[in-house]
Amino acid sequence: MAGTQVTTPFGVPIDRPESRLPFYVDVLRRLVREKPLGLIGGVLVVMYFIAAIAAPLIAPYGPNELGAGPRLGGPTLDNFMGTDNLGRDIFSRVIYGARVSMTIGFVAVLIATLISLVVGALSGYFGGLFDILAQRLIDAFIAFPGLVFIIAVGAIFTDTQISGLPKSGVFQTQNVILAITIGVLLGVGSSRIIRGAALSVKSTAYVEATRATGATHTRIILFHVLPNVMAPTITLATLGLGTAILSESALSFLGLGVSPDTATWGGMLNREARTFMSQNAWIAIFPGLALSMAIFGFNMLGDALRDLLDPRLRTG
Amino acid sequence: MTEYIIRRVLLAVPTVVLVIFATFMIVRLVPGDIVELILAERPYASEAERAQIEKDLGLDEPMPIQFVRYLGDVVRGDLGNSYWTARPVTAEIKSRMPVTAELGLYSILLGLVIALPIGILSAVRQDTMSDYFSRSFAILALSVPYFFTATLLIVFPPKWGWAPPLTYKGWSDGPIEHLYYFFFPALLLGVGLAGAVMRMTRTMMLEVLRQDYIRTAWSKGLRERSVISRHALKNAFIPVITIIGLQVGVALSGTIILESIFNMPGIGRYLVGAIFQRDYPSIQGVVLILGVSVVVVNLLVDITYAWLDPRIHYS
Repeated sequence: MAGTQVTTPFGVPIDRPESRLPFYVDVLRRLVREKPLGLIGGVLVVMYFIAAIAAPLIAPYGPNELGAGPRLGGPTLDNFMGTDNLGRDIFSRVIYGARVSMTIGFVAVLIATLISLVVGALSGYFGGLFDILAQRLIDAFIAFPGLVFIIAVGAIFTDTQISGLPKSGVFQTQNVILAITIGVLLGVGSSRIIRGAALSVKSTAYVEATRATGATHTRIILFHVLPNVMAPTITLATLGLGTAILSESALSFLGLGVSPDTATWGGMLNREARTFMSQNAWIAIFPGLALSMAIFGFNMLGDALRDLLDPRLRTG
Repeated sequence: MTEYIIRRVLLAVPTVVLVIFATFMIVRLVPGDIVELILAERPYASEAERAQIEKDLGLDEPMPIQFVRYLGDVVRGDLGNSYWTARPVTAEIKSRMPVTAELGLYSILLGLVIALPIGILSAVRQDTMSDYFSRSFAILALSVPYFFTATLLIVFPPKWGWAPPLTYKGWSDGPIEHLYYFFFPALLLGVGLAGAVMRMTRTMMLEVLRQDYIRTAWSKGLRERSVISRHALKNAFIPVITIIGLQVGVALSGTIILESIFNMPGIGRYLVGAIFQRDYPSIQGVVLILGVSVVVVNLLVDITYAWLDPRIHYS
C-alpha cells in the first residue's frame, strides 16, 4: 500500500505513511471488515449488555411475577418463550437472568483484570524472589480444578452475611463472594500472560532509554509497561467474561450459586425445573440457548480481538 | 531423564502441601463459630457433643499444632468422620472415587478420539468445507455447556421412546451395561473437552506443515499418509499434550456436574451433597483428593512430555 511520495526537509523522497486512524478505531474497522464471526460475537455482547442494563424496560413481566400466563404454556404472542410451572414468563426471566450473569461476570472480570495487571506487571517487571514465590503459588492455583475451588470457597461462606450488603437481589453476600472468587481465579490465570508481556516490554530498547533518562520504576510501569499490556488485557477480559458467566451458571445449575429465588440461566435448568421439562420443553431450551449464545458471543469477540490486537497469542 | 523426574517430583511436593494447607483452612476460614453452625442442624446437642465436634475438627489447639496434626492425619489416610453418613471420610471417598476416575478417564479418551482426527483433518484440508465444518463444531463444543446438552438428552429422547440410563450400573451388573451407562455422560463431557484440544491440534498441525522438513518429505515423493502420520504428527502432538494435561482439571470439574445429572455415585455428587449438609470433614476430604489428583496427573503428563520430547531436559 504505497502512499504518496513527499520530500523531507533534507531533500530525500520518502513514502508518506498512510494517514492512520486511532488504533482502537482501526481495530473496530478491521473487526467489521475481516472478522465476520467476531462481529457477530460483538453484536451479541452488545445485545446482552443492553438486556442486562435495560431489563425492566425490555421484560414485559417481573422475573418472579406469577400468573404472567397459563402454567407450562408454550410460546404465544403474550409469552413468546412460554411460561414455567408457576406461570412465570420465561422471556422475562431470561432477560433478568442476563442481568444477574452479566453483573457477576462484569464484577469478576474487573477484579481479575486488577489482579492480573498488578501481579503480572510486578512479577514480570521486577522478577527476583517475588516472581519466584508468586509463580509457585500460581502453579498451585492453576493446578486446582476451578469449579472445585469456587465450590470450596462458597462452602466457607454459605452462612455468612456481610453487613452493608442487601439480603436479596443481585448484590447479596453470596453473589458478591461468588464474583470475587471467580475474579481471583481468572486473575491468577491471566497474570501469567500479562507477566510474559511485561517481561518482553521490559527488555525493549525504549524502556532502557527511558530508564537511562532517570525515570522511576513507577513511571516506567505506569506509562510504558501498562499501555503495552493493554492488548492482552482486553482480550483476556472478553474471554474471561464468557468463562465467568459459564462458572456462575454451572454453580447455579447445581444449586450452589445464586440463591434459588433469583432468576438465573443456570438455575432455570436445574433439578427442580427438570421435572417439568417433559411437559414443557421450552423451559429448558430458552435459558440454555441464552447461556450458549452469551458464551459463544464472548468467545468469538475475544478470539477476534486476540487476532487483531495481538497476533502472537493466536491459538487457532 | 531420572534427574528430570526427581526434580519434577520434588517441585510437586510444595504444591501438594499448599493444597493440603488450603483444605485445612476451609474449616478455619468460616466466619463466626463453625461448631455453632454445625449444631444448628441438631438443636438438642449436649455440651459433650459440642466438645467432640471441636475435637473432631481439630479446633481445640493452637493453629500451627493443628496444621501439623492435620498433615499427619492426612498422610496416614485419616480424613475424619462424615457428619452426614457417620462413616470415615476416607471410606466414603474410596468407594466413590472409581466412579469419578472412570468418568474422567472415559471423557478424556472420547474427547481425544473426537478431537484429534478432526483437528488433523481440519489442518490438512485447511479452508475447505470440512475445515469450516470442523471449526464450527469446535466453537459449538466450546460454547454450549454440557449441563445444557445433558438436560436436553434427558428431557427429549423419552418423548420418542428411548431414554439414557439414569440408574447406576457397576461392573457386577455386566460390563456392557456398565459401559453403556457411562457412555452418555462421558460423551457429553468429552465433546465439551474436545473443542479446546481440536483447536490446539489444528493450530499446531498448521504450524508444523509449514516447516521445511515437511516440504522435503513431500518432495521425496512420500505418500500423504506417511507425511502426516510419521513426520508431522510427531512434532505437532507435543503442545497438544499440555492441553490434555490442563483438561484433567476441567474434566474433574465437569464430573461434579455430570454425576449430579446422571445420578452417578461419584465423589463430585458426594461433594455437592456434603455442602448442603454442612458436612465439613467430607468437604475437606473431597477437595483434598481432587486437588492432589490433579497435581499428580499433571506430574505424570509432564514426565510423559519429557519422555516424548528429549529437548525438555536441557531447559
